[in-house]
Amino acid sequence: MSNPDPRSVAFVRKTMLPPEPPPARASGAVLWLRENLFSGPLNILLTLIGLGILWLIFSTLWPWLSNSVWNAESMADCRKIIAAAHGPDASGACFAIIKHRWNQFVFGFYPSDLYWRPVLAFGTLFLALAPVLFADSPKARRIVTGLAVALTFVISAVLGATVVELGGMAILMLAWVYLIETRTGPVVLASLIYPFFAVWLLWGGTIWEPAMALAGFVLGFVVWRALSAYGMFAFAAAVVVAAFWWLALSDIVSRGIATVLPMRLAPVSSDQFGGFVLSITIGVSGIALSLPLGVILALARRSDLPIIKIMAVIFIEFIRGVPLITLLFVASLLLNYFLPPGTNFDIILRVIIMVTLFASAYMAEVIRGGLAALPKGQYEAADALGLDYWKAQRLIILPQALKISIPGIVSTFIGMFKDTTLVVFVGLFDPLKAMSDTIRASFEWKGAYWEPYIFVGSIFFILCFGMSRYSMYLERRLKRDHR
Amino acid sequence: MVDYPGAANPPFRLSMLIYDRRYRSLTIQAVVFILVMLFASWLIDNTLKNLAIMGKTLSFDFLFRRAGYDIPQQLIPYNSDDTHLRATTVGLLNTLQVAILGCISATIVGVIVGVLRLSSNWLIARLMTVYVEIFRNIPLLLWILVILAIFTEVMPAPNAYRGENPAASMIMFDMIAPTNRYTAVPSIGMSNPPGVIAIGREGISWAFIAYVTVLLLAYLGHRFLKERAQRIQDETGNRPTTWWIILAMYVLPVLFLTWYFGLHLIPPVLRGFNFAEGTNLDNAFVVLWLALTLYTGAFIAEIVRAGILAVSKGQSEAAFALGLRPRRTMRLVVLPQALRVIIPPLISQYLNLTKNSSLAIAVGFMDLRGTLGGTTLNQTGREMECMVLMMGIYLVLCLVISAGMNVFNNSVRLKER
Repeated sequence: MSNPDPRSVAFVRKTMLPPEPPPARASGAVLWLRENLFSGPLNILLTLIGLGILWLIFSTLWPWLSNSVWNAESMADCRKIIAAAHGPDASGACFAIIKHRWNQFVFGFYPSDLYWRPVLAFGTLFLALAPVLFADSPKARRIVTGLAVALTFVISAVLGATVVELGGMAILMLAWVYLIETRTGPVVLASLIYPFFAVWLLWGGTIWEPAMALAGFVLGFVVWRALSAYGMFAFAAAVVVAAFWWLALSDIVSRGIATVLPMRLAPVSSDQFGGFVLSITIGVSGIALSLPLGVILALARRSDLPIIKIMAVIFIEFIRGVPLITLLFVASLLLNYFLPPGTNFDIILRVIIMVTLFASAYMAEVIRGGLAALPKGQYEAADALGLDYWKAQRLIILPQALKISIPGIVSTFIGMFKDTTLVVFVGLFDPLKAMSDTIRASFEWKGAYWEPYIFVGSIFFILCFGMSRYSMYLERRLKRDHR
Repeated sequence: MVDYPGAANPPFRLSMLIYDRRYRSLTIQAVVFILVMLFASWLIDNTLKNLAIMGKTLSFDFLFRRAGYDIPQQLIPYNSDDTHLRATTVGLLNTLQVAILGCISATIVGVIVGVLRLSSNWLIARLMTVYVEIFRNIPLLLWILVILAIFTEVMPAPNAYRGENPAASMIMFDMIAPTNRYTAVPSIGMSNPPGVIAIGREGISWAFIAYVTVLLLAYLGHRFLKERAQRIQDETGNRPTTWWIILAMYVLPVLFLTWYFGLHLIPPVLRGFNFAEGTNLDNAFVVLWLALTLYTGAFIAEIVRAGILAVSKGQSEAAFALGLRPRRTMRLVVLPQALRVIIPPLISQYLNLTKNSSLAIAVGFMDLRGTLGGTTLNQTGREMECMVLMMGIYLVLCLVISAGMNVFNNSVRLKER
């Protein structure tokens, strides 16, 4: 090819043209719509069906929601207001019930001047968990602890805590946050003490009872460390000493100290618990107790020792084979048969025990899956390093197995938390059925069905959805290899 | 614990029970076993003492006494003069009924939603995600109560279907009438009914036996034809077309039987204040079934989605490269691998559904817990016996389901060398 003579050509472009925008049909919103909603006859049909469903939901719910009333004294009041504003046939949500009775949904029959105690227990739960949950993300940890402290303080103040109580709370929480930010070692101790502190806050009474229960653990630990040269004996001795302390001494000692230095909070009995305070108490204690129990059961089921393996299999399969409701009935009807005549202990504690046993069987299966998924080379490598059984499990096997089982563990947690609503059938006041029924039984809120369900359902959704999002975050964070 | 051939076996000393790994495992097991036995005997001893204090003995005699209460929905004949044992059986059958129907419908919902969630249609995928997340993160009890409230508060009374210009109209081609007390559905009638084999008070219709036999024969024929087609394919390389023969084998005899017996649906008709002719399903049952279906369906949808995503795209591409058509690719390559991932969690969802059916307590449906663990327990005051029996039955039920599903699982499992 030869270059044409510039003089013989009428026009030669000297500059580049700017690029044309793509055709309207192949870019932006139109392209997106075409690709995602209308790419073919089937897709168009599906889109239309989807729009139809949306319209159905919207047209049913919107009038009801948009007519909602937030300020009223009773259901009849609500209806009057809606009829006055939107005509006699209009129906509307009466969220006034939530505004009026939200405290019962959240706190049950907990004395209203002590609301700050469950709030503080719940807020400090995050302080206790933050160093564990967000171990290598200081930013997330600071956000969570900061929010927990601020919200606890503000909510307690709004709910009418006195200045002295607020001051105490502020000192405690700020000291704890300081500990979290400066000392990574001792903060684990604080987290371990937390359960006893929370029990004291929730049930009240003298601080020395939970403190002496804690002392049993400390005593056992000290004995175990002191005798650690003797291997198995040390552990057995520690268990015996701790058991002796709890059964024989702790009661006397705590009563003795309490007469000298009471340190009492107003006691709250178990039948005053209800609503989300009850659900969260049962749920959190069940979660905290079922994880270690599940690990032990899973290890027992994979153990080489046939008797231990058989016992673990029987326990796990039995628990997994019966509905939780029957176990709760055992807790309320039969547990008294199994204990020495005349003993009677708290129904919440019984339910916590049963829920824990129930969840631990499921947890054991999840963790067993994680243990089985671990390549055999890991076990052999641990043996080759000369580690004994517990060291191998603790340092090599369990960290990896637990990491693999995180999604399963969290979904077991979520399942257990949802199952705490079943305690209504043994006479406890769960937020979903018992509390709604109680409130509906009062004259002014007769006939309020949907509003309590929407309120309680959304709180459950937020908590459970939050847990599942956290598990995704954790999975991403722990994903160091196998990409 | 490896025995080294060169090492001399030292004579046994008592301390080896603790320090030698060969014997230590025996020691640990013995100690644990003794402790557990002591604990169990302590429990049993307490139980016996407590029973003695209350003046009760353990006995299952009450099962053969008159129950004296009614059960609204029953699969076998029952009235209040029957024994507690029969009431328990009715309850167990009700549990089984809701569990089996629930498993079937939850699987259908789950598969549809799971597939649609992967759809390229943005709107449908989002809608399904919302459904799955909402149902998975809110307690089942709430769904049961909400659906119960819909049925009792929103559904019309049977009366509303009356008159020239009724306030409510029946749905599904005038076949189903949901009311606030029961749901009227069509029943099956025969214009030329064969006899009934009576077994005690129950009867099995010959028509049922005929259908089962015909379907069984069709299945055997199906198996035979498939094997023959495989043989011919192995020999000649051409697979004969069999699908229309197989379809005919299933459909024609069934159609013939239906025509012969004159099988038809009898729609419910309003007579007086209530629906008659059709079957009136207890709303407690309908509510429980719907709630279990929607709740478990959301979980199954996630399982199905995970199963489909677990088959890497290269698998179907490789199948296409080999020249397999889409349907065969699905059946021979994708599905076997996806099922391997889907089946084990599906089993545990079926078990969960069966156990969750005990939430019938929230709607007052008389299942196993409602009869044996409810009214019978309260009437006879035999908590220990009733609870033990009930837990035993649930345990056996779950073991049977998981054993059955495990057989199926083994047939689709990856065959490893």
